[in-house]
Amino acid sequence: MLKGVKLASVLAVAAMALTACGSTASPSSSAPTSDVKVGMAYDQDGKGDGSFNDAAYAGLSKAQTDLGVQIKEVNSGSSATDASREELLTLLAQDGYNPVIAVGFAYSTALAAAATKFPDTTFAIVDSVVDAPNVGSLVFAAEQGSYLVGVVAASASKTGHIGFIGGMEIDLIKAFEAGYDQGAKSVNPNIVIDSKYMGAAGDNTAWNVPEKAKAASAGMITNGADVIYAAAGGSGLGMFQAVKAAGAGHWAIGVDSDQYNVPSLAKYKDFILTSAEKRVDTAVYDVIKGVVDGTPLTGVQNFDLAKDGVGYSTSNSAVDAYKAAADKAAADIKAGTITVNTK
Amino acid sequence: MNLRRLGTSLIAPLLGVGISIAVTSVILIAIHAQPLAVFSSMIKYGASAHAMTLILNLATTYFLSALAVAIGFKMNLFNIGVNGQYTLGAMVGGAVAGSLHLPTILSVPITIAVAMIVGAGWAGIAAWLKVARGVSEVISTIMLNFIATAIISYTIVRTSVGHETSLNVRGTAMIPESGMLRGIPLLDPKTEIYGFFFISIAIGILYWFVLNRTRFGYDLRATGHSATAARTSGIDAKRMTVITMLISGALAGLVGLPYLLGDAGSYNLNFPTDWGFTGIAIALLGRNNPIGIAVGALLWAFLDVASGQLILEGVPREITTIMQGVIVIVVVMSYEIVRRNQVKSEQKNVARALEKQEVSA
Repeated sequence: MLKGVKLASVLAVAAMALTACGSTASPSSSAPTSDVKVGMAYDQDGKGDGSFNDAAYAGLSKAQTDLGVQIKEVNSGSSATDASREELLTLLAQDGYNPVIAVGFAYSTALAAAATKFPDTTFAIVDSVVDAPNVGSLVFAAEQGSYLVGVVAASASKTGHIGFIGGMEIDLIKAFEAGYDQGAKSVNPNIVIDSKYMGAAGDNTAWNVPEKAKAASAGMITNGADVIYAAAGGSGLGMFQAVKAAGAGHWAIGVDSDQYNVPSLAKYKDFILTSAEKRVDTAVYDVIKGVVDGTPLTGVQNFDLAKDGVGYSTSNSAVDAYKAAADKAAADIKAGTITVNTK
Repeated sequence: MNLRRLGTSLIAPLLGVGISIAVTSVILIAIHAQPLAVFSSMIKYGASAHAMTLILNLATTYFLSALAVAIGFKMNLFNIGVNGQYTLGAMVGGAVAGSLHLPTILSVPITIAVAMIVGAGWAGIAAWLKVARGVSEVISTIMLNFIATAIISYTIVRTSVGHETSLNVRGTAMIPESGMLRGIPLLDPKTEIYGFFFISIAIGILYWFVLNRTRFGYDLRATGHSATAARTSGIDAKRMTVITMLISGALAGLVGLPYLLGDAGSYNLNFPTDWGFTGIAIALLGRNNPIGIAVGALLWAFLDVASGQLILEGVPREITTIMQGVIVIVVVMSYEIVRRNQVKSEQKNVARALEKQEVSA
């Protein structure tokens, strides 16, 4: 830690000397500065989902304030190809951005190619594994966080009936459902769990169809569900709308970010019991800090409960009643007495 | 006369580009960006050998997609199903190519044939529905798109055709190097121009020849102008509908191949799925003419590729989407205005000729 601060300040002085007075960045003299330029590439439309991508952004902006790094964000747009994604990463690396962080498994082929072209740049990828010496692969034990919110959901449900809304029907998201189911059944073995995915594998609209998620959630509520968990990116908004429309006594469970505190979801916050956090922010911050400190984070980095890489949020005090049960489950998972399914 | 026709057909696209630059400038100023700087950096980047190669490669895909749509348009058939036809074609083609271990000279033609047959077959369902049941192809092709998505998803996720090609990415088996159609690094030593670029030029020439220099092309255009007139002159309109739809689908089957065989090497679940819609826009821009379509495809590809550079300069990439949209709207509108004026002046000429006759009679 101390080494990091020292190195950062050396870098900062060097940066100031090099750029002289030409720099317009960081007007405040007390804020740390660094000449590290971070390039972040989101997939498709990028930021604004209040969930996965915004969690990555939270880590980036924390690094900007705490470490004084410069940032650049790009997104791949719809109908992106491996070629166009590779070009984005190449442009970033070419312009001196280091680390270059790709958010989403869709980048795996493109990142592998870009990482070979720029062996001196540190790359990182979220949700996938790219085997190269200069790449950090950030993977998450999402099923563990989902287990905990499953425990909360089953404990909070009065009807013994809960729901799950998934984004695209792929293994990555099925792990969320598997953990949630297992957690809920550990509390109430007879619980009824409705499940619905917003799109088949390969259907890129799955992450961005809130109206579909709203209809599906409303259907589950009509059938008697009183707690719903959505792991569906931007589609999750529809679940919040449906739960709010159903009124008091119904709860929504968020995903990836602590959605209780997401400004764009403030309207629904009273209905957001907790969120299964996937700490993409921590992972992104660690990658940037590694580069700032001169000790880049490479290889497979598994962010699980033990590492605080996943968890459940407690910002809404309504969750306090179920904390004991969830914390006990968390301790058991960490101790290895509970193994959480991924499918 | 020919010069005048050329002039009127150039006015619309130029007007489209001009107005879209104006509209985009206003938006850029509104978001506090310098329009001149933005356009010049787009052009500067687009003129680099590396970017030009990317543009040619993407334009190859767009060109094929637009041709598939255009041949339908020529006969008043609106094939919105190119998306389903090419994704299905590329998926099956990719699976076949991934299981073949043959020399390139055999493997690539087999892949191409499979993709074309699958594309044609998928479009054939819409053709049959139209001639046998009177279902509009607009409805059936768009529905078939959804079904294609579901079939691809099922095949890749639940059958042995799908493999996990990298963590969290499933697709068809990787195509061996002998099954790929690699390109040549013609402009930029580090980037290849897809081999399919040259194939698509040949297809463009063939398209022009078939439409303008064969009996079949004449029948097709005649049916497009007036189905009843064509029928009275002995053309079997139903047969023409089926054949055109099959050709359109076969062309659509090719759309995914430049990328599949030149780059991706596997049809995975990240494969782009909406190049068919791009094809519709470009076919409109190019007025179903192969040269017009080529120019439209290059313009579209240039805007798409340059958007990657823009975003690095802090300008949202959606700016280029706005430009594309404005160009299409303006061009379609000006073509329509020109057409109406032509109709009016023809009517006037006829009226004048009739008047003369009456006077002399």
